[in-house]
Amino acid sequence: MSVLIYAETEGGKVKKVAFEVASYGKAVADQMGCEVTAVAFNASDADVLGSYGINKVMNISHEGNFDAKIYASGIQQAAEQLGASVVVVSSSADSRYLSPLVAVGLNAGYATNVVSAPSSLAPFTVKRSVFTNKAFTHAEITSENKIIGVSNNAFGSVENKVACTVEEFTVSLASSSVNVASVDKATDKVTIADAEVVVSGGRGLKGPENWHMIEDLAEVLGAATACSKPVSDMGWRPHSEHVGQTGKPVASNLYIAIGVSGAIQHLAGINSSKVKVVINSDPEAPFFKAADYGIVGDAFEVVPQLIEKLKAFKAQA
Amino acid sequence: MKILVCISHVPDTTSKINFVESDTKFDTNGVQYIINPNDEFGLTRAMWFKEKEGAEVDVINVGGAETESTLRKALAIGADTAIRVNTEALEASQVAQEIVAVIKTREYDLVIAGRESIDYNGGMVPGMIAAMIDASYVNNCVSLEISGDKATAVREIDGGKETLTTSLPLVIGGQKGLVEESDLKIPNMRGIMMARKKQLNVIEPSGATTKATTVNYEKPAPKGEVKLVDAANVDELINLLHNEANVI
Ligand SMILES: Cc1cc2nc3c(=O)[nH]c(=O)nc-3n(C[C@H](O)[C@H](O)[C@H](O)COP(=O)(O)OP(=O)(O)OC[C@H]3O[C@@H](n4cnc5c(N)ncnc54)[C@H](O)[C@@H]3O)c2cc1C
Repeated sequence: MSVLIYAETEGGKVKKVAFEVASYGKAVADQMGCEVTAVAFNASDADVLGSYGINKVMNISHEGNFDAKIYASGIQQAAEQLGASVVVVSSSADSRYLSPLVAVGLNAGYATNVVSAPSSLAPFTVKRSVFTNKAFTHAEITSENKIIGVSNNAFGSVENKVACTVEEFTVSLASSSVNVASVDKATDKVTIADAEVVVSGGRGLKGPENWHMIEDLAEVLGAATACSKPVSDMGWRPHSEHVGQTGKPVASNLYIAIGVSGAIQHLAGINSSKVKVVINSDPEAPFFKAADYGIVGDAFEVVPQLIEKLKAFKAQA
Repeated sequence: MKILVCISHVPDTTSKINFVESDTKFDTNGVQYIINPNDEFGLTRAMWFKEKEGAEVDVINVGGAETESTLRKALAIGADTAIRVNTEALEASQVAQEIVAVIKTREYDLVIAGRESIDYNGGMVPGMIAAMIDASYVNNCVSLEISGDKATAVREIDGGKETLTTSLPLVIGGQKGLVEESDLKIPNMRGIMMARKKQLNVIEPSGATTKATTVNYEKPAPKGEVKLVDAANVDELINLLHNEANVI
């Protein structure tokens, strides 16, 4: 009996999202009374996982790009070698891509968007968010092997320092029929998935030429930029910034919505953010019912002031 | 080319989400059902392959008779044949197994599913199908071109995009981008009339096993009132975000 977590890496370094997954894995392992091991690909700093309760890391060396099938085969073999009955993964695009493959390989039940540690081990019951954050369900995983996809920023990272050994795990990985022709990724920008703060603009900003306000505010806060669906449909901003029920989910610590009305489909996708701020000229905008803090005012007046004051605040902090 | 589009029958995005029977069942009272938006983008892309390249397009849903209106809508949009596997959809792995049982008898070149359904947000059906039939697989697919048995797909990744080349048979998890919002088709009268004559085959389930069950539902705790800050006093907002919310 044991717990395995999949620790994602980027450029050879363990990603922050892996700390939350490790913390979750540690919590389950404590409930089960067993150890927790991580599997990672090309991790050069894998021992950092020891800060989050991981006793051992099985590191797989693999040349070439991420590939769901190849990575899934490595994770599956790590779970088999370890006899792990619980595998914990994140909700990143890559983890969601590969986990269904691991689930089929291990004949495991897989619960996604899990927001808290199991409420019971027998039966194995977890709480997951459904209806795009409009409700939760308590679900029982009835198969012997289980995969848990932890909802981003729901469980949190819990420091828990233990001795951690890193071993090279040599396996023969699956071959894949999918080849990466090119990757187009802005490396200098925080992604919506990883950002602690997201600044989002809606149709109230009137046109793409006004987006410098959103970008400047995001820059002061080290935030990712996002937008409402019509803004991306009109081509003011790329589709990759569209958040909401039919766009990307947001689960940041702080979400600032500017000139966004707060339609139900928009709110559904951003609702798991911890703190929500709205700036909107219409006091009746539905977003005020979902937000924690709000300013009723013209974005073109409020946002430039906010940027200046935040710069001053950051300068003295 | 033979294409299968998986259609999930989901509550309209504006639906009020409530539960009945001691929070063990979703309250369908007054709820309008639609084709899952992610699936609709995929279906519309399939229509393009049909119009330009003569592809044959089947649609499938695993569910009870109540889902037939949604399958009829897919036929009205232009799908050739609909298949309903006559069993309640309980969880993703059961749904994937039932769809695979159909795929095995009909041999599709391309299977299009949505990256997730907007009701249970599982996001695992396309990947599970791909693994079960050992087909190529691209999730979060925002562009798809096919030539012969080769495909070029674009996958949305965190922070960017990845262009992939692969071969058929292929399974994708699709989303907006496969086609644009403005390409979505509202069925016209002729489509609706024709849909009535098309086949909607009801197939009995293969008896797939489940790996998870829903115990009950819970609604999020009601939210407190918003704290309003005067537009002339943004310092106060910074103060609250720093000292009260601890987020900056
Ligand atoms: C099936 C379906 C799925 C959908 N999925 C999504 C989704 O995933 N994400 C999404 O965002 N939407 C989605 N929508 C669309 C959604 O219903 C709304 O139409 C959309 O969110 C509105 O975008 P908006 O808030 O930018 O624009 P609007 O609703 O036009 O709101 C603009 C806001 O800006 C304010 N404003 C105007 N001028 C100023 C100013 N000077 N200063 C400050 N505020 C100002 C206005 O008061 C208004 O509240 C979906 C719709 C459907 C039917």
